[in-house]
Amino acid sequence: MMFFLEVLIGGLLAGVMYALVALGFVLIFKASGIFNFAQAAMVLFAAMFMGGMHNDWGLPYWLAIPITLVIMIGVAWVIERVVLRPMVNQEPIILFMSTIGIFFALIGFAEIFWGSRSRTLDVGIPSDPIFLGDMLLQSYDLITAAIVAALVVGLVFFSQKTRMGRVLRAVADDHQAAQSVGIKLSTVWVVVWSIAGLVAVVAGIVWGGALGVQPVMVDVAFKALPVLLLGGLTSIPGAIVAGLIIGAGEALAEVYLGPIIGGGIDSWFAYIIAMAFMVWRPEGLFGEKIIERI
Amino acid sequence: MVATVSDLTPREQESEVLLKVENVELRFGGVRALHDVGFEIRKGQIFSIIGPNGAGKSSMLNCINGFYHPTSGTLTYKGQPRKHMRPYVTASQGIARTFQNIALFKGMSTLDNIMTGRHLKTKASLLENAFWFGRARREELEHRRFCEEIIDFLNLQHVRKTPVGTLPYGLQKRVELGRALAAEPELLLLDEPMAGMNLEEKQDMARFILDVNDEYGTTICLIEHDIGVVMDLSDRIVVLDHGEKIGEGTPREVSNDPKVIEAYLGVQEQESA
Repeated sequence: MMFFLEVLIGGLLAGVMYALVALGFVLIFKASGIFNFAQAAMVLFAAMFMGGMHNDWGLPYWLAIPITLVIMIGVAWVIERVVLRPMVNQEPIILFMSTIGIFFALIGFAEIFWGSRSRTLDVGIPSDPIFLGDMLLQSYDLITAAIVAALVVGLVFFSQKTRMGRVLRAVADDHQAAQSVGIKLSTVWVVVWSIAGLVAVVAGIVWGGALGVQPVMVDVAFKALPVLLLGGLTSIPGAIVAGLIIGAGEALAEVYLGPIIGGGIDSWFAYIIAMAFMVWRPEGLFGEKIIERI
Repeated sequence: MVATVSDLTPREQESEVLLKVENVELRFGGVRALHDVGFEIRKGQIFSIIGPNGAGKSSMLNCINGFYHPTSGTLTYKGQPRKHMRPYVTASQGIARTFQNIALFKGMSTLDNIMTGRHLKTKASLLENAFWFGRARREELEHRRFCEEIIDFLNLQHVRKTPVGTLPYGLQKRVELGRALAAEPELLLLDEPMAGMNLEEKQDMARFILDVNDEYGTTICLIEHDIGVVMDLSDRIVVLDHGEKIGEGTPREVSNDPKVIEAYLGVQEQESA
C-alpha cells in the first residue's frame, strides 16, 4: 500500500510538470483560438537562453531569468507583428501551420545563438529525498508543484481581478464585441503570448532542471498533448486536473502494467488514457461543450 | 425621394451633422451589398435604417463602426472624413454598438460585461493595471460606480453577478445595451435591439432607447424590423432595398412613399393579411 501511494504521489507530481506545458497551450488557445504548436519550442528557447547566459556568460540566475522574460516579451511582440497580424482572419488551420513555422524558427534561432550542445540548468531547487512517514518523496517534485500552484494562483488572480485580465477574458469570449468596445486586438495578442512566454520560462526552469537543456526537451510537448485532449483546450483547471490524471495513470501503469506487457509504455500510455476519456467526453473533461445548431 | 433641409423639424435643422454618409459602395467580390447610399445623421436624432432582409442594413452599420470598409464613397464623422478606420479607433471616437446576434462575453457577469464597456475610459497604464496599483484601483472604483448607475437605469440589479450566458434573451439584449452605454458614446448603433422579444420586452427596450436619447442626449442609429416600433421612435428614417436607398424622411413621409410601400411595407401587409 505504501508503495502504491509513493508511485501515485510521484506520478501526480510529474503530472504537474505536464500540466505546466499544457497551460501555455491553453492560454493562447483560449484567447485566440490558435493551437500554438510552438509552445514546446518556447520552453526550449527560454531554457537555452537561461542556461546559455548562466553557463557561457557567467550571469547569475537572478539576472538571467528576468532577462529571458524580457526576451520572451520581445518574441511575443515579433510573433504578433510578423506572423499573426498578416494572418488575421485566416482559417485556424493556416494559423496552426504558421505556429509550426514559429516552432522551427525559435529553435533555429536559439541554436544559432547558443549552439546545439546540451547544458545544465540548475537554479538551486534542492533535489533531496524526503521521508513523509515511511513514504519517499522527491523535494524537487514538491517544490515544482508549489511553483506551479503559485503560478496558477497568480494567473487566476490576474485574469479575475485586474482590468487587463477582464480584457483578456472579453477577447477570449468574443473578438468582435471586444473590438466594438475599443479593445485593440494586437495589444492583446502581445500580452497573451507574453504570458505564454512567462509560462514557458517557468516550464523551462523546471524541465531544464530535470532533463538538462537539450533539444529533446521539445518532446515534453508530446506529453502535453494528451493532457490537452483530456482537459479540454480551453480550461486552465482542466489542464491541471488532466495533468494529474495522466501523470498518476502513467506512473501506476508503468509499475503495475509495465512488467506484464514488457515495459516501455510511458511514451504512449498517456494517449491511451486520453482516448479512453474522450470516448466518454469528446470535448475533454472541462472543455466547452460543442453544440451545433442544424 | 431625396432629403432636403426643409423636411427637418426646426430642432433638427439647428443641430449639427454628426455623421455624413456619401455615395457609399460596398462590394464583396462580385456581390454588391451597398450601392450609392447617402444620408446624414444629426446630433440628438433617433435615426432608423429599415428595409427587407438582405437590404444591406447591417452592412451599413458595419461600415459606420469600422468592421467593413466601403469600397468607395466617404463617411464623415464629426466633420472628419475617414478611411479604413478600425473598430477600436471608431470606438475611441465615441461610436458604440450592439449586435444583431447578441455578442456578449458569455462567461462573464453582467457587471463585468458592462465594465468592459469602460475600457477606453481607463487611463491607468498596462503595468499599473496588471499589478492593481493605486491609480488603477481608484479608477476601477469610479468606473464601478458609473456601471452601477447603468445597471440601475436598465433594471439589471438582480442579475448583476450572473454570468450573462445563462440569462434569458431579453435581458442579454439589455446587458448589451448597457455595455454600449458604459462607453458614454456620442453615436449609439443598435442592430435590431428588439429582435426576438415579446411585446413587454419590446416596450421596455423602446423606453430605454427613448430615455437614453432624452437623458444623455445620445444620438442613436437603429436597425429594426418591427415597423410599428420604428415609426414610434424615429425622428428620421432611411429605407434600403437591395443595397440601395429607396426612401428617406420622417416616419409619416416614409410610410406614405409608394416606393417604400411597394418594397417593404406592402410585403408586410400581404403577410399579415
